[in-house]
Amino acid sequence: MGATLVEKIFSTRCGKEIEAGDVVMAAVDRAMIHDITGPLAIQKFREMGGERVFDPARIVMLFDHQVPADSIQAAENQKFMREFALRQGIHNYDLREGVCHQVVLEKGHAAPGEIVVGSDSHTCTYGAAGAFATGIGSTDMGFVLKFGALYFRVPDSIRVEVNGAFAPRVGAKDLILSIAGDIGADGATYQALEFTGETFESMPMPGRMTCSNMAIEMGAKAGIVPPDAITWEYLRERRPEVRPFPLKSDEDATYSEMREFDVTDLVPQVAVPHNVDNVVDVDEVAGTHVDQVFIGSCTNGRYEDFAEAAEILGDRKFSDDVRVLIIPASRDEYMKTLRAGLIEKFVEAGALVEAPCCGPCMGGSFGLLAPGEVSLSTSNRNFRGRQGSTEAEVYLCSAATAAASAITGEITDPREV
Amino acid sequence: MRIWKFGNDIDTDAIIPGRYLTEYDPKKLAEHVFEGTRDDFRIAVKEGDVVVAGRNFGCGSSREHAPLALLGAGVKIVVAESFARIFYRNSVNTGLLPLICPDTGALLEGHDLTVDLAGGSLESEGARYPFEAVPPFMQEIVDAGGLVEYAKQMKEVELCTKSQQ
Repeated sequence: MGATLVEKIFSTRCGKEIEAGDVVMAAVDRAMIHDITGPLAIQKFREMGGERVFDPARIVMLFDHQVPADSIQAAENQKFMREFALRQGIHNYDLREGVCHQVVLEKGHAAPGEIVVGSDSHTCTYGAAGAFATGIGSTDMGFVLKFGALYFRVPDSIRVEVNGAFAPRVGAKDLILSIAGDIGADGATYQALEFTGETFESMPMPGRMTCSNMAIEMGAKAGIVPPDAITWEYLRERRPEVRPFPLKSDEDATYSEMREFDVTDLVPQVAVPHNVDNVVDVDEVAGTHVDQVFIGSCTNGRYEDFAEAAEILGDRKFSDDVRVLIIPASRDEYMKTLRAGLIEKFVEAGALVEAPCCGPCMGGSFGLLAPGEVSLSTSNRNFRGRQGSTEAEVYLCSAATAAASAITGEITDPREV
Repeated sequence: MRIWKFGNDIDTDAIIPGRYLTEYDPKKLAEHVFEGTRDDFRIAVKEGDVVVAGRNFGCGSSREHAPLALLGAGVKIVVAESFARIFYRNSVNTGLLPLICPDTGALLEGHDLTVDLAGGSLESEGARYPFEAVPPFMQEIVDAGGLVEYAKQMKEVELCTKSQQ
């Protein structure tokens, strides 16, 4: 019987045939901790009797949620993690590099066939590089820090086949919002989404990251794109020791479900408050006044997002009625955007450009909303209270829709500006 | 124990907002549990009360602060039609018991609920509602007293030990 990509990853790791539904104690290739869930993971590691971590070289530490530290307590947590990293010999990117998920991928910490865990729900982003990557809690991470392994229930896979070419100003974010609207917020719970079809085969890495990132918004454990020439090219300099090898599901693999999408006629999508699966075509909410537009986060804070936003902006200014926050997902993405002259353009147009971090996405440190305010955001969650007041509203969209709306001051179809 | 009734898709931001995540002491987190979405909860919740919800309870973030906030508020059991994956596991790991019960619609706010763990059912207003057994490998962790206790008992792990669900 054929195996899915996820079953193959676990079978290779375990040296025997593993099927969806099996529960296995499997070694992990990489573990990521950040400033929010890291301190508790270290505390749990110690409570478990941990003295030395399993392998400091396979642990990635960085700070991105409260950057720079916005309170004494955040500073204390970061100091605690810094000292732990120093004592254990863990490389700590500290607050220099940016948002965990972008940094893990761009520094080559996830590769096809690897098992990667992170104490952040959007760890599934690394599925864009063909890894089995999943988010875990701090206690599970404490266990990983000690043993370098974790219990996994190997998930069933939903095959998501996408065909067709995107129309102008429509892209990966619109696709994944439309998929979330279709599958629903819990439609993929305990399963992996396997993204296939000609649209994914021709999709560059940034779009794949956007799609894998939001697998969790359907409850999925992983969102994985089978590795191909685009994946291997991305990894060529980041992980030169990893030689390309074939890794994909067998033709006769068993899926829990097959879903087909065609993007040919897809129009810009918007997730309406307060659920990620509450997705409509942009024209249904066009004209809604927005107080804040946020372009950034691990979902859409890459150079390609800013380049499209800048192209739509042209020589215009952002609306005076809107606070426009632009936050690159990483230092590398920031530098690319800076060198292309886009940061200057955004600042001249009236935006606030912040150093790489999660920013308002989690509603932790800045960019929070007052009651009654509306935010349009390229991030991944619009839960009530996610970006400040529980009486505020968060809409989700692509960088193109965000840029168009930042110019007009209301939700706007990016094809119409 | 008294029922606090919630709907579908109760997310981790609702359980504990992002701005409080620098804290991880359960008692301090409990001061902000359901802040802004269910403000009467943290004021009136009593030790041993139970949260009863619909589908997809705990969706969203991996923050273990969510089960810790509930534990800090005195809640030891959450009953839902279904749970988000990470929340379910975080709950078991930290000692909050997540029970899956398909009939939560019949359980009402303010009513008393008793849990028969050995018998696998809930009882409220004279009616019984079965809940699903905790999966075998999770039961091992529950029996050990949580993942920390489970981990303390082992020097090293046996890789790829496998059990069928």
